[in-house]
Amino acid sequence: MADIPSRLAVRRTYKLYIGGAFPRSESGRSYPVTSPAEDHLANAALASRKDVRDAVVAARKAFPGWSGRTAYNRGQILYRIAEMMEGRRAQFAAEVAAAEGVGEDRAQALVSAAVDRWVYYAGWADKIGQVLGGANPVSGPYFNLSEPDPTGVVGVLAPTGSSLLGLVSVLAPVITSGNTAVLVASERLPLPAVTLAEALATSDLPAGVANILTGRLAELAPPLAGHADVNALDLAGSGSLAGELEALAATTLKRVLRPAGDDWDDPDPGLSRIRPFLEVKTVWHPIGR
Amino acid sequence: MEIFEYAPAPESRSIVSIRPSYNLFIDGEFVEAESDERIVTVNPADEEPLAEVAAAGDADVARAFAAARRAFERVWSPLPGAERGKYLFRIARIIQERARELAVLESLDNGKPIKETRDVDLPLVAAHFFYYAGWADKLAHAGHGSTRPLGVAAQVIPWNFPLLMLAWKVAPALATGNTVVLKPAETTPLTALAFAEICQEAGLPPGVVNIVTGAGATGRAVVAHPDADKVAFTGSTEVGRQIARAVAGTRKRLTLELGGKGANIVYDDAAIDQAVEGIVTGIFFNQGHVCCAGSRLLVQESIADELLSRLRARIERLRLGDPLDKNTDIGAVNSAAQLARIRELAAAGESEGATGWSPACSLPERGYWFPPTVFTGVTQAHRIAREEIFGPVLSVLTFRTPEEAVSKANNTPYGLSAGVWTEKGSLMLWTASRLRAGVVWSNTFNVFDPASPFGGYKESGYGREGGRHGLEAYLG
Repeated sequence: MADIPSRLAVRRTYKLYIGGAFPRSESGRSYPVTSPAEDHLANAALASRKDVRDAVVAARKAFPGWSGRTAYNRGQILYRIAEMMEGRRAQFAAEVAAAEGVGEDRAQALVSAAVDRWVYYAGWADKIGQVLGGANPVSGPYFNLSEPDPTGVVGVLAPTGSSLLGLVSVLAPVITSGNTAVLVASERLPLPAVTLAEALATSDLPAGVANILTGRLAELAPPLAGHADVNALDLAGSGSLAGELEALAATTLKRVLRPAGDDWDDPDPGLSRIRPFLEVKTVWHPIGR
Repeated sequence: MEIFEYAPAPESRSIVSIRPSYNLFIDGEFVEAESDERIVTVNPADEEPLAEVAAAGDADVARAFAAARRAFERVWSPLPGAERGKYLFRIARIIQERARELAVLESLDNGKPIKETRDVDLPLVAAHFFYYAGWADKLAHAGHGSTRPLGVAAQVIPWNFPLLMLAWKVAPALATGNTVVLKPAETTPLTALAFAEICQEAGLPPGVVNIVTGAGATGRAVVAHPDADKVAFTGSTEVGRQIARAVAGTRKRLTLELGGKGANIVYDDAAIDQAVEGIVTGIFFNQGHVCCAGSRLLVQESIADELLSRLRARIERLRLGDPLDKNTDIGAVNSAAQLARIRELAAAGESEGATGWSPACSLPERGYWFPPTVFTGVTQAHRIAREEIFGPVLSVLTFRTPEEAVSKANNTPYGLSAGVWTEKGSLMLWTASRLRAGVVWSNTFNVFDPASPFGGYKESGYGREGGRHGLEAYLG
């Protein structure tokens, strides 16, 4: 008979993150997640098309409030996410090491970079308007101002090979400007995404701003790309589905960021992932007496 | 009240000489199309044929792309920005010199009043080239990271502002070092062909600008050509969707400027006579053939009766008729097909229960005409409140609170333009910040400037044209 531990550890259930809550998939399904060496790590929720739709509803509901916050406030909340991650370093490092099959040092470096990525994008929140907007010198007696405005609900397909740093690198730029997100985690490496959701839930991030789904990319991405209430799509982790998803996105003329061999180690990605999810609004007013 | 009749004040047509037939403009020359198909462009004000143009086929489009690629690699992209800019300055000057001729030509081919082509279209066309000319050697300061051109731009433009839309497309493309294959609209090719002559006159290197006339099939060939690095389209949302699908999965970059159903919000404290002028400009400018038209009037309930009575009185003074008459406010609808679409939607307005009103106004016997029309009793579910009519038809809805105004204004898949009329600055800014539209005109409407970015949210397309922002679409 096998050894019986003196105390049985309590294992975690890895759930979805929708509208600030942690439901299982409405479909009742889960799937086994393994390490690169095929060791069983845990079961993750296998989200369904219905979960995608629920997540979009939650993201849409959160959009007016989140985009209406001051940029300073959004920056503070993103910084708070960095704080919460820092406090869970050991857990993140262990999960990244197990998921990606990297050593302890590399795992620690990836967690550090992910924490610093939140700090980086926290600082962008109240700079975007000045960098991308401004007064336009029109040829007439008008006040004319252009300012960036978040595009709305953004569907994000997280990178498939970078379970935490890649994930943070695509989520943070979307929400720092006031968008809300429905993110599909890496199908093969979903566990750090669920742990990130648990950090988000304790970071003052309003419910529904970030929604995280785990499951099959081929099942979740098409309904997300075709959903009429999604305004934009980040195809970072779309792989061979990119073209098909872009065609689905065309039905409602979504803004699409194509995958472009991104380097998640770059500490200064600038506006490259912020700008694609912004509109420019230009307001005119006559000048007179 | 008795109204004094105006004497006719026609602009002279003799300033323009229209050739009976035009070829394609490829590699700096007018060349005969390999395709045998021809298109007749008519004057929509009298249905008389103006000229015949080629309908470019696949082989013609391929020739144009080959010329554009050659020019891009050998001449235009290696040229210093300052020199590229000087070509654009030269083009701007020639447009100013030939503005009167081009204005008449535009009014003949499009049907819009000479007052508009002369005072709006042509000055903006020249200004647009002048504006982007100055950017050509300052791209490093534009804040877009890259200063490199994309390559060959495939550009398809609509018939509502033929030469202005050409300027919006061609000027930023050339300033950034791209070369162009442009297809003007089937019903309004003539000013684009005049622009081809201007390119020759300016000594623009062959192949930098290529103009292929034709209808939908030509447009599809231009957009689908594998050697296009960038696609830029202005037109209907439906065609925009098709183009976005066609571009999906390719390396081509895409910008789209599509339809709209702009809300014009009038609060109870608005300066009412100014608001009436703005409503008229918002919907009747260019016969309502304007993607950013203020086609939904949202008026606060407490002032609705007074505003509508003043609006009707103002509309009764609008003069509809000969586009070349300098007193004309409303010209001809651009085509029989567009007239049919406007009639169909106006009939739907009546049959769905809204009440239409038009001033007593006699329409010319020949040509395509539609009177200015105001629908009241419109609900958000009516087709005339949801679909872009692209004609001189205004749908009036009312609201009680600012929240209701914003919610109704945003209740559309489009998001191109909106208007706000109030004397209260804080209410104006509150409203403007909540409107999901790329251009918000407050206490004004339908003003444009090359320095001011233009483009939509949601299904009105993506990308911006004009201003520093307009360079982004052509750099990579």
